[in-house]
Amino acid sequence: MSSSTITLPLGGTVSVPGHRRGRRMRLRLLLWSGPLAVFVALAVLGPVLVPYDPVTVRLGERLKPPGAVLETGARAWLGTDQVGKDLLAQVLQGARISLFVGVTTVLASGLIGLVTGVAAGYAGGTLDALLMRLADLQLAFPSILLAILIAAVLGPSIANVIITLSVTRWVTFARVARASTLVTKEREFVMAAHAIGADAARLVSRHLVPFAVTPLIVVATTEMGLVILAEASLSFLGLGAPPDHPSWGLIIANGRNYLSSAWWISTMPGIALSLVVIAIGQFGDTLRDYLDPRTVSE
Amino acid sequence: MGSYLAGRLGYAVFVLWGAITIVFVTVRVVPGDPAQLMVGAQGTRQDVEALRHRFGLDRPLPAQYGSYLGEAARLNFGQSLRLEQPAVDAVAQRIPATALLALSAMALAVTASLPLGIVAAVARGSLLDRAVSVVSLVGQSVPNFWLGIMFILIFARTLRWLPSAGIGGLEHLILPAVSLALLVIGVLTRLVRSGLVDVIHEDYVRTAYAKGLALRSVIVRHALPNALIPVVTVAGLQLGHLLAGAVIVETVFAWPGVGRLLVDAISNRDYPVVQVAVLLITAGFILVNLLVDLSYAYLDPRIRYR
Repeated sequence: MSSSTITLPLGGTVSVPGHRRGRRMRLRLLLWSGPLAVFVALAVLGPVLVPYDPVTVRLGERLKPPGAVLETGARAWLGTDQVGKDLLAQVLQGARISLFVGVTTVLASGLIGLVTGVAAGYAGGTLDALLMRLADLQLAFPSILLAILIAAVLGPSIANVIITLSVTRWVTFARVARASTLVTKEREFVMAAHAIGADAARLVSRHLVPFAVTPLIVVATTEMGLVILAEASLSFLGLGAPPDHPSWGLIIANGRNYLSSAWWISTMPGIALSLVVIAIGQFGDTLRDYLDPRTVSE
Repeated sequence: MGSYLAGRLGYAVFVLWGAITIVFVTVRVVPGDPAQLMVGAQGTRQDVEALRHRFGLDRPLPAQYGSYLGEAARLNFGQSLRLEQPAVDAVAQRIPATALLALSAMALAVTASLPLGIVAAVARGSLLDRAVSVVSLVGQSVPNFWLGIMFILIFARTLRWLPSAGIGGLEHLILPAVSLALLVIGVLTRLVRSGLVDVIHEDYVRTAYAKGLALRSVIVRHALPNALIPVVTVAGLQLGHLLAGAVIVETVFAWPGVGRLLVDAISNRDYPVVQVAVLLITAGFILVNLLVDLSYAYLDPRIRYR
């Protein structure tokens, strides 16, 4: 690994990633964004190409194995479920649900975290203490348990899953946003802006928020995987997506009763879920290493 | 040390109070009337009112909160709506099963991740190292409820080696414990490996080599003890997560623990039991975190708490 060392004006050194390291990281980033791009494309286009029909039941074609040709002449690449619905169509629709819940939850909890984190870091004092104690409390609560509790009270629906997971996952965003605000607000360009008469609104929106957003992007990637996993877990327990929405967790739960006769029902969406979570996790790790040259993974 | 202990204890009590309050707020203030939910769609208006009165839901919120805290301090969370016993008793009966599952999973995770992490660190960069890192990555990413179902499919339905549900002998414990342990194996293996890689370059490790010790004793006697400090901390924290993760794995394997009771209580709308189960798992989580904090001072003599 080639890297050069620069001596700082006040003493101390900083190691700058070499050209080769940067290129290798970009390659890794590209490598892991491949599966992610496939996931997004399938989630967006898949249900258009293989439409999911929640209503029609074809009992004559129930529990057909993967690759079976149906009466309509179509091929069920992933097999059919207990009421004869094509599993591929369900898994693709499930990808759309995962992506939708993942993106909206990360946006919502990211926004809540950004606002509270920057507010706590900028204002300090009582507001900071209050918000951070609240964050501590929530971290002391196993988040999947809190999600189960809230989801149980709200009832199963996609909107409720998004609300539940946003409420349980804002803390990480808030902590990171607060930490970067604490650092940024002491920097010279912020003091300079303050000195030339910038008001609080301008300081926050033009100087503090932009600096808090970058580290949040890395958090957002990691959280995306966790949220997709949490949605599947809630749906598996019957607390997430309602029955007519084929969330991956719900399909896996449905297939439990047919393990001996139709192994593919539970297996296929689980493989999809695992691949997506692995790809997102690896992408997030690489992105963190790429954006932060100080971390060198051996 | 005494004041540190008092501080941690006080903090644990504060967090427990917070958890009790969060449960109260969630069940009472979140839109949706628990009485209406408990009665269900077929209930009459009178049924709902009667239930509201029975649980004191018709009183103002601050008054409800006050009496709720008072009762909580005496561990009284009311009768279960479905089981003919106090909610606390119903949950308490299930604790041993959950504790057995979580502790076995933890024991399994530690015994598996220590050798895996050591091998990966010693043979750093080798094919073996890569294989271990792939295993730990998969362990951390694959959802445990799906993994559990795959285990049932393979080991219970197809090979017929192990039972798929219920509690009994050791053979009942294997599948749920392994599904629960895999995530922790992934986390701990990475930690053992990176901890060892960090200390392997230290002077005292090189000295141990230089004076002629075998690789095995250098690793076991000199490198490992220092690498293990963060492992103990994280293992403790993971034990807390295992308690929460048990909720889902218990559902998969029909394991009669607190988690399965919680899921059953949710579908029965048995809110007293739901409250107690959530609080109890959270209390276990807080207690484990407290013990981890305290053990830290003993493990690393460099850490002195004032």
